[in-house]
Amino acid sequence: MERIPILQMDDILLVTIQVDMHDQLALTLQDELTAHIVKARACGVLIDISSLEIVDSFIGRVLSNIAAMARVLDAETVVVGMQPAVAITLVELGLSLTGVRTALNVEKGMAFLRAASAQEGRRHDRPQV
Amino acid sequence: MQSNGRSKLVEIVQNETRELLADWVKQQCAADTLRPELMNERELREQSQQFLRALSEAVQHGSLTDIQGPAWATVRELLEHISGSRAMQGFTTSETATFVFSLKQPLFARLRRAHGRDADGLADDIWQTTVLLDKLGLYSTEVYQKTREGIIARQQQELLELSTPVVQLWDDVLALPLIGTLDSARTQMVMENLLQRIVETGSAIAIIDITGVPLVDTLVAQHLLKTVAAARLMGAECIISGIRPQIAQTIVHLGVSLGDVTTKASLADAFAVALQRTGQRLQKS
Repeated sequence: MERIPILQMDDILLVTIQVDMHDQLALTLQDELTAHIVKARACGVLIDISSLEIVDSFIGRVLSNIAAMARVLDAETVVVGMQPAVAITLVELGLSLTGVRTALNVEKGMAFLRAASAQEGRRHDRPQV
Repeated sequence: MQSNGRSKLVEIVQNETRELLADWVKQQCAADTLRPELMNERELREQSQQFLRALSEAVQHGSLTDIQGPAWATVRELLEHISGSRAMQGFTTSETATFVFSLKQPLFARLRRAHGRDADGLADDIWQTTVLLDKLGLYSTEVYQKTREGIIARQQQELLELSTPVVQLWDDVLALPLIGTLDSARTQMVMENLLQRIVETGSAIAIIDITGVPLVDTLVAQHLLKTVAAARLMGAECIISGIRPQIAQTIVHLGVSLGDVTTKASLADAFAVALQRTGQRLQKS
């Protein structure tokens, strides 16, 4: 079955979506990502959608949901590299992905997640395992 | 009385072309719709001559009632050319239509002479000629109008392109000075331009300056918010600046909520905030 790979860098999970998302694939990603967050004790998730050209309302909702679920699991989500056409479509659909952080590219997304995790670390003094 | 069952108009146009042309040009020169500063007599004479030639061809082969037929193709083409060029030159509608209508008087005078005492034949011919010339005149008016509409559409397009420049103010900072009323079509264009530039430059902050927007109603506010939302989805932040006092009042009176969008009174303030957020500083030396 087609799957979207999830990479781990320290405590950040990297997801690069390079194929057209169909509904089942999105749901599989949601399942696997939440499982992975728990397993890896990740504090950040970066989803790169720069090669995604078509987004419908369902995929938009799944992205929103992933962000909400990650937050419940104490991880911050950043969606990076959204194409202008995709952004316009989502806005026209009335989905502004409130609660999802966005960044222009992977570099900026990573910088944000690192900063967030450093702050988090200071606040909670996460025990290292 | 009519030769070959056809109007005397055909004979006149064919046999008395020279005199008809002279009379017609004189008529046009005497009319108060003449625009000597836009077109000289020689040009006018040339156009008239071409038209008469085409007309005589057409009446010979085609019917006098149907100017859409293939026999009238040359006449139509010529009228299109004449009306089109006059629309470009700045003639008014009536000045353009008079070109065809002024042919009536010299033609009628000749028809009267040709018919002599045959009142019925004269009336028939005059009626036929009037209908024909009216059709041609209306056709030239239509072409004129179409040309003018074309000009307006082109200018609108040019305005649309002119009025939505996206400029890079600083590293990571874009500015979009909006001028003129925002409607759906323009918002779409503005949004696309802005997002495209955000991708190209990788800027994290875009300042939308609405100093030149004369009126902000709920619709315009909604368009602005859409643009801001789309930019945010891509990972760039928008600041709206240049809100004039009256506009601030209107926004509040209308109950429009700009949400959590940062707004600043002037572009300078917005720029300062943008520099601060991107961790840059400007210093007087």
